[in-house]
Amino acid sequence: MALKMVKGSIDRMFDKNLQDLVRGIRNHKEDEAKYISQCIDEIKQELRQDSLAVKANAVCKLTYLQMLGYDISWAAFNIIEVMSASKFTFKRVGYLAASQCFHEGTDVIMLTTNQIRKDLSSPSQYDTGVALTGLSCFVTPDLARDLANDIMTLMSHTKPYIRKKAVLIMYKVFLKYPESLRPAFPRLKEKLEDPDPGVQSAAVNVICELARRNPKNYLSLAPLFFKLMTSSTNNWVLIKIIKLFGALTPLEPRLGKKLIEPLTNLIHSTSAMSLLYECVNTVIAVLISLSSGMPNHSASIQLCVQKLRILIEDSDQNLKYLGLLAMSKILRTHPKSVQAHKDLVLQCLDDKDESIRLRALDLLYGMVSKKNLMEIVKQLLQHVDKAEGTAYRDELLTKIIAICSQGNYQHVTNFQWYISILVELTRLEGTRHGHLIAAQMLDVAIRVKAIRAFAVAQMAALLDSAPLLASGARRNGICEVLYAAAWICGEFSEHLQEPQQTLAAMLRPRVSALPGHIQAVYVQNALKLYTAVLQRQEQAAPDPQDAPPDADADADAADAPGAAQEAAQLLLERLPQFVQSADLEVQERASCVLQLVRQAQKLQARGVPVAAELSALFAGELNPVAPKAQKKVPVPEGLDLDAWINEPPSDSEAEDERPRAMFQEDEPRHARPKAQEADDEELARRREARRQEQANNPFYIKSCPSPQKLYQDAPGVDHIPVVCIDLSVPLRVPGLPASEQYVKLEEERRHRQRAEKGGRKHRKKDKAGRGGRRGGSLPDSDEDIAPAQRVDIVTEEMPERHRPVAPPKSPKKEAAAPKERKSKKPKKEKGRGRDRDRDRKAQALDLWLCSTPPAEPAESTALGTPSLDTEVPTAPQQPSEPCPDEGDREPEAHKKPHKRKKQRQEKERSGRDKKSRKKRAEDGPPLGTGALEEAEEEPLPPMSSYALLAENDFVRMTYEVRGSLQGGSQVTVSLVLENLSSHVLKSLELGVLDSLNARLARPPGASAHDGVPVPFQLPPGVSNEAQFVFSIQSVLTAQKLKGTLSFIAKNDEGSTHEKLDFKLAFTCSSYLVTTPCYSDAFAKLLESGDLTGSCVKVDGITMTFRNVLAKICFHHRFSVVERVGSCASMYSRSIQGHHVCLLVKQAEQSVSVDVKCADATLLGSLLDELRATLSAC
Amino acid sequence: MILAILVFNNHGKPRLPEEIQQQIVRETFHLVLKRDDNICNFLESGSLIGGSDYKLIYRHYATLYFVFCVDSSESELGILDLIQVFVETLDKCFENVCELDLIFHMDKVHFILQEVVMGGMVLETNMNEIVAQMEAQNRLEKSEGGLSAAPARAVSAVKNINLPEIPRNINIGDLNIKVPNLSQFV
Repeated sequence: MALKMVKGSIDRMFDKNLQDLVRGIRNHKEDEAKYISQCIDEIKQELRQDSLAVKANAVCKLTYLQMLGYDISWAAFNIIEVMSASKFTFKRVGYLAASQCFHEGTDVIMLTTNQIRKDLSSPSQYDTGVALTGLSCFVTPDLARDLANDIMTLMSHTKPYIRKKAVLIMYKVFLKYPESLRPAFPRLKEKLEDPDPGVQSAAVNVICELARRNPKNYLSLAPLFFKLMTSSTNNWVLIKIIKLFGALTPLEPRLGKKLIEPLTNLIHSTSAMSLLYECVNTVIAVLISLSSGMPNHSASIQLCVQKLRILIEDSDQNLKYLGLLAMSKILRTHPKSVQAHKDLVLQCLDDKDESIRLRALDLLYGMVSKKNLMEIVKQLLQHVDKAEGTAYRDELLTKIIAICSQGNYQHVTNFQWYISILVELTRLEGTRHGHLIAAQMLDVAIRVKAIRAFAVAQMAALLDSAPLLASGARRNGICEVLYAAAWICGEFSEHLQEPQQTLAAMLRPRVSALPGHIQAVYVQNALKLYTAVLQRQEQAAPDPQDAPPDADADADAADAPGAAQEAAQLLLERLPQFVQSADLEVQERASCVLQLVRQAQKLQARGVPVAAELSALFAGELNPVAPKAQKKVPVPEGLDLDAWINEPPSDSEAEDERPRAMFQEDEPRHARPKAQEADDEELARRREARRQEQANNPFYIKSCPSPQKLYQDAPGVDHIPVVCIDLSVPLRVPGLPASEQYVKLEEERRHRQRAEKGGRKHRKKDKAGRGGRRGGSLPDSDEDIAPAQRVDIVTEEMPERHRPVAPPKSPKKEAAAPKERKSKKPKKEKGRGRDRDRDRKAQALDLWLCSTPPAEPAESTALGTPSLDTEVPTAPQQPSEPCPDEGDREPEAHKKPHKRKKQRQEKERSGRDKKSRKKRAEDGPPLGTGALEEAEEEPLPPMSSYALLAENDFVRMTYEVRGSLQGGSQVTVSLVLENLSSHVLKSLELGVLDSLNARLARPPGASAHDGVPVPFQLPPGVSNEAQFVFSIQSVLTAQKLKGTLSFIAKNDEGSTHEKLDFKLAFTCSSYLVTTPCYSDAFAKLLESGDLTGSCVKVDGITMTFRNVLAKICFHHRFSVVERVGSCASMYSRSIQGHHVCLLVKQAEQSVSVDVKCADATLLGSLLDELRATLSAC
Repeated sequence: MILAILVFNNHGKPRLPEEIQQQIVRETFHLVLKRDDNICNFLESGSLIGGSDYKLIYRHYATLYFVFCVDSSESELGILDLIQVFVETLDKCFENVCELDLIFHMDKVHFILQEVVMGGMVLETNMNEIVAQMEAQNRLEKSEGGLSAAPARAVSAVKNINLPEIPRNINIGDLNIKVPNLSQFV
């Protein structure tokens, strides 16, 4: 024995310890891997020895190797051996190794239970401490269950060192074993008043974490925390408590009122910046939750803003950043008070730190006014020029547009300037926001009538320089602006100086390189231009009786009689190119236009005037209509909109009642009435009839500047004046504009205005006092600056909700009050007892809260004993009170009729819902391809592209991802939400964490962290579909996005805020778009040699070849190009235009797929996905 | 909650890109390294660590970065103070701490950290208290004879004398020290 001991210690002399290992690794830089594997062999030897000291040393080295990324899970058992050593030194090493490498999947972990229990009750406080620390890292549900009681005892240990560790670890135990929360909570609460500050802080920590998960249940602790806040001096604890209050105030506004005063005191007294910042943050949260009603809260806001200003002015960048962050929170509710610090924000825009610049940009949104908009935008444009990263540049671009367009362009005084800015922005390289610019151009050109002439001139210039934009711009989407340019030039062609030139520009051969939807617009508007040319020529012609009555007679006389013929010739020459386009829309429109032009030419050759007829194709004024315009029309007296005119037929279809947003990008064409083959007389007659109808129709709204007032005053439409502002806008500006000139022009204009006003003021003596105060520096307020052009603002509601998201397929309007409950369960005695208990607590809190502020209608907040959200067995009873009479249950009598009405609507709606759901079910799964048309008898297996996304007790989410070539690099996610509970789900909001690659399209002005509201509510048992658009940067690899659906589940008992997390998977296949391809084009593509290839073979496939193809078509969005026997070629295209070709061959029991694709990464990802699909066959 | 604590040096080259742990270190390192010293110490965290709720808060001391990944329940400035406390504690325990101390005594760094943060929550912010506990534990260890007994240490000293590469030890090079995996990443 003794000999063995001696031998052991001699062996040990040659062991490496940790320091030797580190040194060795540093000395073997070149062959590190080899050296380490050698060391691991040595360690394995050492672990085989009996001596615990040797083992501990080995485990210590393993911990280091684990840190370097080596797997040491094989040594788990040895680690446990070392953990169970009696010496503290070894034990500590063992627990350290365990905390680093044990996790829930480690199977030997269950062997540790008794060892840990022994250590926890060890007389040495450090043994216990080490065990607690280790356990906090690898606690499993089993360990938590078995050790919960032991740890709970330790919470009352004599040594504070153990107490605080035991308190902290309780949080981990609660997470893993929620049942332990109820028995442990009273003791945890006691620890809030522990004499040792460390223990106290630990308890505050744990309760704050618990409360963050489920704030409602901890409201009852508010008085206790309040006491702590006013008594404690530990800043760390104060910060935690104040943060907790920030989370609680939204649930209980009265709490906020009580908090303001002590927080204000703290703000005044503290010297710690961290505490100051958190106080300010919580005060902001309180003020937001109060929103109104506090008489003197403006003082608090002033205080916050002042303190934040100090932070922002500090030289410490951290404080600056946080100050701006908090400032943006205030901006949302109290923009006025932030605006005072405009100078500071502008200053931060020049900061060298990008994070700070981005924060300042967020704030800028609220800073602009009519006065400084041009200046700010000019400054931003300079930043755009300087910016290096495209990400920051894109951010700037979106901000510029958001700032200018906010509030219906309320700050834009000169639209010529704005158009020039937009044109300038198109020259940005590599921006992804072409569509944004395009949308703005369209919007401005349509709504600001006075600017059209100028816009048309600019757009014509843009079209002229199109080759510059289009070259290499296909990928980044700046070419989207050509869509807008072509449309504007065509639609408002009467303002065009030289339509022929523009026509020629639009028909250049290179146009065919543009995306399909842009080509389609080009073709359509080429016809409009041709019409314009024709019209001018006919007007210039001597025959006056053919001229349309509304002619601009001053058309350029220089239009030679041959101009129209030339234009027609040009069209006939170039259009065939479009007729051959691969894009169906382009093809169709091109052939249509081609025939029209031929007819027109024929008629013209016979001397028949055709201009009028052609222009009739496009006649009719486009007026924007707000989504909620209908609401502005007063209901005539005696009309009950809710009364049935006829009893509804049993099978009435759900109608799409939602007015469409008129100017979504790809839709303006549909809104245009098409008169076919109508001669002049007929047309005039129809027009007259329509005018009559419009005049009599109270629901027809014409645009006017301030509709609300007018609608209230006069119900008739004739009284509404349509204001057209005539301005001396120069019709032509040579070349592309430089926006700076407008800043100067604007200044002059304002100067003139001021001068005029000044004159007026002199006359009005009563205003002199105020004018005098402003002194000689001339009035500066926003109201004094009259806009040069005015936007057609249709209703005030326009800016509120302008969603880019397509409306759902079967839209239901906002769901009304919750439906009455059908299940009538008797109240349980036990439940009543708990209710009483809860009431008592609620009253106690009410009492505490109501001590200072005046009593409010008591909204009893449910205050159960605290429970984790994960808790199942003891969860509060499901709401199930009987409801004998809905009328009796309604406390306020005046609400009754309203309620009934809503309920009726509700019933009707739910009926419709059921129908629509049934209909969807009958429709069956949509078939992804139209290419498989050969009639084969064998039925296709049912396929659904909707996959389950997430599910909880309330809601089930299924989803489908589709790409579209139309929207640039965008995919549409159709999300079906099904309400599984008996609650009404409302305020649904989808929050997605954008990755660098994928980004959810949000309403303009929303920040990247905001959720997107789902445009409906869900009554019980109802499902509905919402669509969300994501813009994708790279389609080469699959990816997952994390997100959360948050909603309010409401039933008779009250409402709870719920969340459902999900992971949205974008496979590479979802970026593909089914695109038909002819076999010769396919062959050419393969020959071109641009594609790289790879192959996958899957055995054991019993499915017929047809079904295999159908599966690939459906799941991966391919179309069959050609099929010969058991061999087929398939084609698809990604939304970014990568070609993907497949050759599918079937042998006995196996299918092999050759994939060819333009990009190797995409190829790899697709191969994996194909393999997965085929393996499932 | 504190989700992770990373410590690495100016080079921060991860050794083996095997695990997610290594990836996180690499991503964080790239995020942090490209930032100047005179810009703010907060970062909205990258996609790998997951989530807008998480923030990276770091401090740069000479050759070392101390990075804390935290969620919104932690105060940003508070965590900056905590890093300061941690580093000052290291300084006291190692007596003028330098990068080499952390490299060769990774286990001790862990033990000190365990007295500051436990299970993702702050355990103690009072430096004197932390140092007192560490000293008590070191005394306990010394009374047990330490991890490597005296003879072994003597031998390794002798071994070192014979090694010709000793000067290379001073070369700090691209060593990286990480103290990750405080609690499992989400």
